[in-house]
Amino acid sequence: MTVEVRFESPASAQEAVVLLASAGGHGRVLAGGTDLLVQMRSGRLAPQLIVDVKGIEEMMSIRELANGWQVGASVACMDLVRHREFAAAFPGVVDGANWIGSIQVRSRASMGGNLCNASPAADSVPAMMAVGAIASIEGPNGRREVPVEDIPVAPGKNSLAPGELLVSLFFPKQGPQSASAYLRFTPRTEMDIAVVGAGVSLSFDQKGVCTAARVCLGAVAPKAMVVPEAAQALIGTTVDEVALAKLAQVASAAARPIDDKRGTKVFRTKVAGVIARRAAEKALERAKGSH
Amino acid sequence: MAKHHVSTIINGEPVEFLCDTSQTLLDVLRNELGMTGTKEGCGTGDCGACSVTLDGDLVCSCLVLGVEVRGKAIQTIEGMAAGSELHPLQRKFLEHAGLQCGICTPGILVAARELLKNNPDPTEEQVRYWLAGNLCRCTGYNKIIEAVLDAAREMRGASHA
Repeated sequence: MTVEVRFESPASAQEAVVLLASAGGHGRVLAGGTDLLVQMRSGRLAPQLIVDVKGIEEMMSIRELANGWQVGASVACMDLVRHREFAAAFPGVVDGANWIGSIQVRSRASMGGNLCNASPAADSVPAMMAVGAIASIEGPNGRREVPVEDIPVAPGKNSLAPGELLVSLFFPKQGPQSASAYLRFTPRTEMDIAVVGAGVSLSFDQKGVCTAARVCLGAVAPKAMVVPEAAQALIGTTVDEVALAKLAQVASAAARPIDDKRGTKVFRTKVAGVIARRAAEKALERAKGSH
Repeated sequence: MAKHHVSTIINGEPVEFLCDTSQTLLDVLRNELGMTGTKEGCGTGDCGACSVTLDGDLVCSCLVLGVEVRGKAIQTIEGMAAGSELHPLQRKFLEHAGLQCGICTPGILVAARELLKNNPDPTEEQVRYWLAGNLCRCTGYNKIIEAVLDAAREMRGASHA
């Protein structure tokens, strides 16, 4: 870290994009720095330009809009966790944001960073995918919006083009009897990386029949995945024992994990079903509580 | 390239320093400002030894760039005691033997102070979760947790007086 590095703190996303484009792939975005500074220290990254985006209002604010919530890509996880209205509307997203690192890390780390860092085990990513979050990206050719699941491509790789910047995340408003949950399996209760993670979002009608569902898995494939067939196991049911057993079976079948130091393929495959089921049970409990 | 000129507030006092972009706040505190109370453990945000507060948020100073603290307020371990009078947390750490080698202690004290600011009456479980980002390889943690709970008791008593 002895090479001279240019540092800029632009006030708008457009300015940030111009700066990043001018660096020809040697620029890096600094939000919370909890990934960037570690990668610089290890020598994996040696950027020539660092663009601190925390002066960009849209990237740092949490706003309720008519049809949903807009969360700045660089909002610190702790700011999101402490935001009562957002936490009430999207408990599963806050579950995910609240599992990342320690308090110290969550005081700086953002969900936008978690998403762009593209770890298959990122806790906030299946949680955001489960509630249908949309990423808003500023680039040299203007804005584009894509579902959050289109951002990670492979471990450590995202789909943003050079010069593009993830500015904010949009969370569409859920129906009255809806709730979400994210759970993960780790050997320790804190300061650990998911062996398996599952985000589930459920909506119910007046009679308690599930009308919409999203089931997403983390850490069981090269990137977090949506599992539509797992959602199908729940839709049209009251999320009873039979539906939950089917969900677990389908989630395990969808998992395509690897063996590594955190867990074996066999273990992860089984636990994917267990954690998906427990996340669905938690979302169900929350949806009932929201009546 | 010229160094960055940064004006900030550390433990209530205005401070100015020069730094390169790549220098972390931890590096600036220890090597530019001679404030060696803040310790470097892992340098990657895993151990919490370098914990400070930045505008009231508990952070690892190894994961903050020096140039980022322009116009912000930082609290370090050096600002904890009032002159020669130790903070109740510091006294309780001594009474309960909540430290051995001491490398983790400044970070844990800074983190514990933030916990008690937010929650003056934490449960044991809340203390353990809050301090999960502060590693200690000597004590086995129990004495640390006891010291924090005892300090919280004393501080609650004092605030009722």
